[in-house]
Amino acid sequence: MTLGPAYLAYPRRRHGYDHDLYPWSAAHLRPPVQWPEGRPLAVMAVIKAEFFPLTPVDTPFRAPGHMQTAFPDYRHFTARDYGSRVGIWRLLDAFRARGLAASVAMNVALAERAPALLAAIRAEGHEIVAHSTDMNGTVDGSLPPEAEEALVAETVARWAALGERPQGWHAIARSQSFRTPDILVKHGFGFTLDWVNDDQPWRFANGLWNLALNHELSDRQILNVCQASVDSYAEQIVDAADCLAAEGGRVLALELTPYIIGLPYRIAAFEALLDHLAPRGWFAGPSAILAHWRQQTA
Amino acid sequence: MQDPGLYPYRGWRDRAKLVWPGGKPIAVWVAPNLEYYEIDPPPHPKRRAWARPHPDVVGFSHRDYANRVGHWRMADAMSEFGFPGSVSLSVALCQHHPEVVADAAARGWEFFSHGIYNTRYAYDMEPDEERAIIRDSIETVRAATGQTIRGWLAPALTHTVNTLDLLAEAGLAYTCDLYHDDQPTWVTTRNGPLVAIPYSLEVNDHYGFFVYNMSPREYAETLIRQYERLAAEGEAGGTVMCIPLHSYLIGQPHRIGPFRDALRHIARDGRAWITTAGEIVDAFRAQVAP
Repeated sequence: MTLGPAYLAYPRRRHGYDHDLYPWSAAHLRPPVQWPEGRPLAVMAVIKAEFFPLTPVDTPFRAPGHMQTAFPDYRHFTARDYGSRVGIWRLLDAFRARGLAASVAMNVALAERAPALLAAIRAEGHEIVAHSTDMNGTVDGSLPPEAEEALVAETVARWAALGERPQGWHAIARSQSFRTPDILVKHGFGFTLDWVNDDQPWRFANGLWNLALNHELSDRQILNVCQASVDSYAEQIVDAADCLAAEGGRVLALELTPYIIGLPYRIAAFEALLDHLAPRGWFAGPSAILAHWRQQTA
Repeated sequence: MQDPGLYPYRGWRDRAKLVWPGGKPIAVWVAPNLEYYEIDPPPHPKRRAWARPHPDVVGFSHRDYANRVGHWRMADAMSEFGFPGSVSLSVALCQHHPEVVADAAARGWEFFSHGIYNTRYAYDMEPDEERAIIRDSIETVRAATGQTIRGWLAPALTHTVNTLDLLAEAGLAYTCDLYHDDQPTWVTTRNGPLVAIPYSLEVNDHYGFFVYNMSPREYAETLIRQYERLAAEGEAGGTVMCIPLHSYLIGQPHRIGPFRDALRHIARDGRAWITTAGEIVDAFRAQVAP
């Protein structure tokens, strides 16, 4: 069988990208940016606050960390719930004890189910980033447009009922459709965390911002996928911080999953990591980082 | 087909001694893959470009990190320790991000072709279709850099049984697609011989980080062990070590420090002929007849 002429045609071979979502920009050509207090590094810690329904949904795809056995998967339902009951509080305590700001990418379903958790996150000043309805609320290019928009609208409405208007959206597994940036702008969002192509904020053509939540530095990637020890995780994050601080004006993005990093045998290494990063890191939520970035680059 | 008939069998023991310039036992070359992955490429019947429906946000934007950020980190580390690049180039990068190509050219790096895009696969192509890609590669790199490419690494490592014949027909000198040896070898084609230069899957950062899930320091240690062994064996006859890289992997902030340590180790050791693919191929051709 032959491939046909379309396979050897390159209609989008041109300067910049083969898409119009955002403009091309190389980091080393950008003007320098200074973080507050002369800190060499901004640290954007994003704690995941997830609710996994016992019955998983596979359309468009099953979220990472979701149920794995035949129904009923009490093993993973409760092991994930451990993150929301115990692990996330260890993380909140670690940040509170050091006076450091984080942010929480939260399924609105968990905010509804755990008002004490929501209250603590608010009281301790951590920014809330919308993270779909629950872990069945996945999106990709195969999802019908009206279904994606309904999911975003429902998430916004349920947050509004809790008195919250998140400025940012973090998609489950960072998975978006080509329509997602426009849907997010239409529903009042100012930024997303999902495109992992940079260590600095950048702007989509439609005005939406992106602050990359580096998946390679996530606890899931290093501890679960690569099966490194927590000591190796901490060492890798310190190496990353050294690199980014030396370059200056960069964001160290830490994705923290309570049922992974918040376990008793891991949390002490994470606390020591925070102690190591605190003197040179400007710990801030994405909106604060973005506001400072916009002011510096205006 | 049982054997593509690329080269005769020759075991590692009792070979004629290959000697590198200056009497060095090991030639080390670094192969940065400077690539462009399309966000929404046309489908190929034998391979999907992306694991997820388009856009595969993580897949695409991870590769995009290479061109926005990682390339300069990787290239600066190489320049610091005196390693030139022999670039495996998606030649459409000359159109999409000429700034990256210009940086590599300004550092004096050598270019060879890695196809037009890393999201277009050669399987099932007719000879004239492959010829068009080879011609496009030669013309595109010449227009962008003034260099005439001499080598080939198949796009996404996809081939036909005609590819090597067509490379020789176009006058190319070397292929990076064959993994059968730690020394260069001659490859037989219908249009004359080609040199197969050792590239590497096993110490490729893609294997290190995507297949073996190594930590950055484990990968750096792997490079050092690969180097030490090949340098020692090279006393009996020159060996080749290639370090194939992708800056969306090696250029990540947690990996560049350990990688610099590995480069420093090799640069300071003194036994390495640190060079380019073309120089290795030429030194081999001067010593071994096809």
